[in-house]
Amino acid sequence: MTARRLSHRKSVLWMAALVHRLSGLALAIFLPLHFLTLGLAIHGEARLEGFLRWSDQPLVKLAESGLVFLLMVHMLGGLRLLVIENLDWRDGQKQLATIAAGISAVVALILLARMF
Amino acid sequence: MNVRLYVWQRLTAALMVPLVLVHVAVIFYATRQGMTAADILARTRGSIVWASLYGIFVAAAAVHASIGVHNVLTEWSPLRDRSAGIFATVFGTSLLLLGLRAVAAVVLS
Repeated sequence: MTARRLSHRKSVLWMAALVHRLSGLALAIFLPLHFLTLGLAIHGEARLEGFLRWSDQPLVKLAESGLVFLLMVHMLGGLRLLVIENLDWRDGQKQLATIAAGISAVVALILLARMF
Repeated sequence: MNVRLYVWQRLTAALMVPLVLVHVAVIFYATRQGMTAADILARTRGSIVWASLYGIFVAAAAVHASIGVHNVLTEWSPLRDRSAGIFATVFGTSLLLLGLRAVAAVVLS
């Protein structure tokens, strides 16, 4: 592909669409694991507790805050799309997409700080 | 994506906006002093409110995610629409069953 044909990929809104798709895909992959983990409680409180103590590892906490970022950025990105599709057009979509990513990052970082 | 799937994806998205906010708030609350199974289960056991909230969340997420997976497969993979539809249906059904099992595990155990 020529550089000209790829130039749209420098757009903030193209990036926002890509982030929305990839975050949704990552959440879809994560959800079955999340449900299986919570399902451990069927075998008793101790099984769930055992997993939660394993999840105290720093890398797991980092991954958890990353998942919260993905959840927030997917939700806020989706909310922006719902507003575009159902309400009158508003300018400043690039700024809104950037703010959505910023809020998601701040929420994830606050959670990470609370977990350590 | 056909109109029916488009509408279901948007409806489930709108339904999940407040549920995601509640879920993130619960995550923040639950991690205030480390998360233990006893704390989680003390909140959820026998709770019709949590069972309803998360039951709806699971159902909406299963529908929303399966439509999203269908879209990704038809656009980014060599799968044809019918094969992508079968995969997405199996994925969504599995997600629904695993999710409802998880809700039952923390509410009924």
